[in-house]
Amino acid sequence: MKRALPLVAMLALATACSSGTAATAPQSGAPAAQSGAAAGFQEQHKGGTLKLLAKSGDGTLDPHINYSNGNWQVFQAMYDGLLAFKKVGGEASYELTPDLAEAMPQVAPDGKSYTFTLRKGVKFSNGDEVTVDDVKASFERIYKASGPTSGTFFAGIVGAAACVKKPEGCTLDKGVVVDKAKNTVTINLEAPDSEFPLKLALPHSVILPKATPGKDQGTKPIPGTGPYAAASYDPNKELKLVRNSHFTEWSREAQPQGYPDEIVYSYGLTVEAAVTAIQNGQADWSFDPLPADRLTEIGSKYASQAHVNPLSAFWYMPLNTRIAPFDKPEARQALQWAIDRAAVVKMYGGANLAAPACTLLPAGIPGHADFCDYPKQDLEKAKQLVQQSGTAGQEVAVVVADEDVSKQIGEYVRSVLEQIGYKAKLKVISTNIHFTYVQNSKNQVQLSVTQWYADYPAASDFLHVLLSCASFREGSDASINMAAFCDKDMDAKMAEAMKLDQTDKNAANTKWGEIDRELMRKSPIVPLFQPKQVDFVSSRVGNYGFHKQFFMLLDQLWVK
Amino acid sequence: MTAELAVDGVRTTPAAAGAGPWRQAGARLLRNRSAMIAASGLALIVLACVLAPLYASAVAGTDPFVSNVSGTTVVGGQQVQVLQQSTEGLGLGVTPIGPTWDPGHFFLGADGQGRDVMARLLYGGRNSLLIGGAAALLCCFLATILGIIAGYFGGWVDSVLSRFFDVIWAFPVYLLAICLSVVLLTSGLHLGPVHIDAGSLWLPVLIIAVIYVPYVARPLRGQVMALRGKEFLHAAVGLGASDLRIMRREVLPNVLPTVIVFLPLMTALNMLTESALSFLSVGVQSPDASWGTIINDGLALLYTRPMITISAGLFVALTAVALNVFGDGVRDALDPNARLRGAA
Repeated sequence: MKRALPLVAMLALATACSSGTAATAPQSGAPAAQSGAAAGFQEQHKGGTLKLLAKSGDGTLDPHINYSNGNWQVFQAMYDGLLAFKKVGGEASYELTPDLAEAMPQVAPDGKSYTFTLRKGVKFSNGDEVTVDDVKASFERIYKASGPTSGTFFAGIVGAAACVKKPEGCTLDKGVVVDKAKNTVTINLEAPDSEFPLKLALPHSVILPKATPGKDQGTKPIPGTGPYAAASYDPNKELKLVRNSHFTEWSREAQPQGYPDEIVYSYGLTVEAAVTAIQNGQADWSFDPLPADRLTEIGSKYASQAHVNPLSAFWYMPLNTRIAPFDKPEARQALQWAIDRAAVVKMYGGANLAAPACTLLPAGIPGHADFCDYPKQDLEKAKQLVQQSGTAGQEVAVVVADEDVSKQIGEYVRSVLEQIGYKAKLKVISTNIHFTYVQNSKNQVQLSVTQWYADYPAASDFLHVLLSCASFREGSDASINMAAFCDKDMDAKMAEAMKLDQTDKNAANTKWGEIDRELMRKSPIVPLFQPKQVDFVSSRVGNYGFHKQFFMLLDQLWVK
Repeated sequence: MTAELAVDGVRTTPAAAGAGPWRQAGARLLRNRSAMIAASGLALIVLACVLAPLYASAVAGTDPFVSNVSGTTVVGGQQVQVLQQSTEGLGLGVTPIGPTWDPGHFFLGADGQGRDVMARLLYGGRNSLLIGGAAALLCCFLATILGIIAGYFGGWVDSVLSRFFDVIWAFPVYLLAICLSVVLLTSGLHLGPVHIDAGSLWLPVLIIAVIYVPYVARPLRGQVMALRGKEFLHAAVGLGASDLRIMRREVLPNVLPTVIVFLPLMTALNMLTESALSFLSVGVQSPDASWGTIINDGLALLYTRPMITISAGLFVALTAVALNVFGDGVRDALDPNARLRGAA
């Protein structure tokens, strides 16, 4: 997932989470506190208004449609699926737990059917009880509303192909089978998909009332089952969440009761003004990345209010393998040697805010292997490789978005390209169009700087999504394989790893590590660094917890 | 006559009054203290910018167009990182080195790429002054031709050209400049035999020159229209002179002082426009620099390293003030009976 921007991602297999590494240890000036489900509800902290800030709203409030980090974070307090990632801080946040389902599903021996028993007594914020009919209707709505992952994450459900083709009137009579008497739902897949449970914990598959219209509801709030419901939403002004009066806690791990009485997300302030407001206690947190020139101040004067956590993401440079000069493997390898990743880390805010990336799979993602084939900048070697490739003197345009860190990295890369023998120029385009522009092969982008955030913790969500032949779509704005890389041999190895994941996760992870290394040798992508998230909260905020999938747990914060 | 004439504080002596009009104007300009101080300041700035390569290589020992993110320098006899990682508290953030006030080592500090700000300011000044000056020349050249044609011929020619000026004038200047820049910076300009690359400095020159043509052409047109009724023009027509000859030999010399007055003033205005466009990333493009791009570079460091933005802003302000004061001086020298500023 691209941060804060929608895209169509591909799917594959993998599951669960890996054990943490030193690189993923959270860093904070605040005392460590148990949060979310890890601690019991503390009544004395209940109440108050949590005041959040962002430059702008994050689009539609429809959980089946919205594909942004900002609203996915908010949806955690509003909606539930059959399964959920545990609402706790730390590594355990990547673990699945039953949510609206009573227990984890019964999986058929062939891996193609998942049977859930629905909890009884759970109510939507409109007072209606959640039924198996709502579950079936919700899955059908994913296609009716043409959800961004309907043709990818959920394409494997029986009947999905027809629904993707013709969303109106979609029925999944064979794909989602309900038994009202037993209160069960069985989801049938065309083929085994060991990542399917992970996808059921994402906002795109939350359960909504069956009467919800099958089209994007935009700013109109849809009733949910979480502890909060939206009272109003104006993406140019404010999102206001109030307590869902029909909510009763059924699983503290899956959906704990929230602390603030109200959560108010105000839009419009610049991030500089937002930081000042937090310092002054006028707001509690800001969604937007902190400005570079305030980091030192926040990390020193306000260290107890700052929380730093590694993200399952990486910044990288896709090199277009179909056009010169990067159609030559030596030219791509030259860039791997030419980039000083420690220098790029400095542009992001320094060693405590990012870690140089030697691999395509970030630390913390299953399959990550700790190797570094391009450990240190070597300009001489890079120059030699450029000469060997016969591409010296060619023109290269570095296409970056017009936000500060991207521009800085782009300028650095331009300078490096000049040093190793290319005629380089920087092309800065609007952040609003950059992500789709660099995907479209018609735009002939040779090299760009972009980011990828995990949709869910699986190696395939990086390697298969970003570099499989199927991910490249000629002339499309939704061609996430920006390197236009297609290697049948690598595709076969990835398919093998996904198949292996169903039977032997450790072997699958080893396989993914090998694939990662081989891809680094072929170099369709230059990984730059794995970023960390800095959450700067007001002095009154307590019970901070960082969820690896959905970031800071908003409704678990204390403001009283 | 022994009495001296005092006009706007500029004294004309009998000797100067006996010389030709250009010499008289030159003498008046030389005696205008404000204009001479402004010209001296301007000359210093231009000289410093012209010598930018010398400063970068011989004094600062740096290439201001190459990223120096991992570089080091010497401050107080100690080797230090140019981009310094914070060591306080959580150790968040990286800050470029600030002003050392040592010309040999980052006199005004470094920018986010670890490049010497002073060296970039001087190089940036070359581009800002070049664009400002070249755009002023081009603008005045085009405006003079169009203004004379419109004013001399009148009728439908004047109507067509005046409507053209109106169309350009109808757009807010910066909005028009930004629109043109966004379009042309993407693919460059390819107009018949004219080909300008997207990253070329001639693009901002052309854009800025074009948007200000009506500002110069309109007053010139009015001046030419006023000349049409003068006897010397009737005489020229009576002698059978062609339109082209009359415009070139009779009209042009009469409007030339106005054009000359416009030149420094337009240079200042163009330089400010260039800075604004570059600040908005639609002017000078990387790897080139201008004072506007340097202000933009410094914006992300305003809180910790304000000197980057302040120094570039100061250069822009000082140069603009110098050009305006000098322009006023030229105006006073060429037309001592008129008051350009501060008229009651």
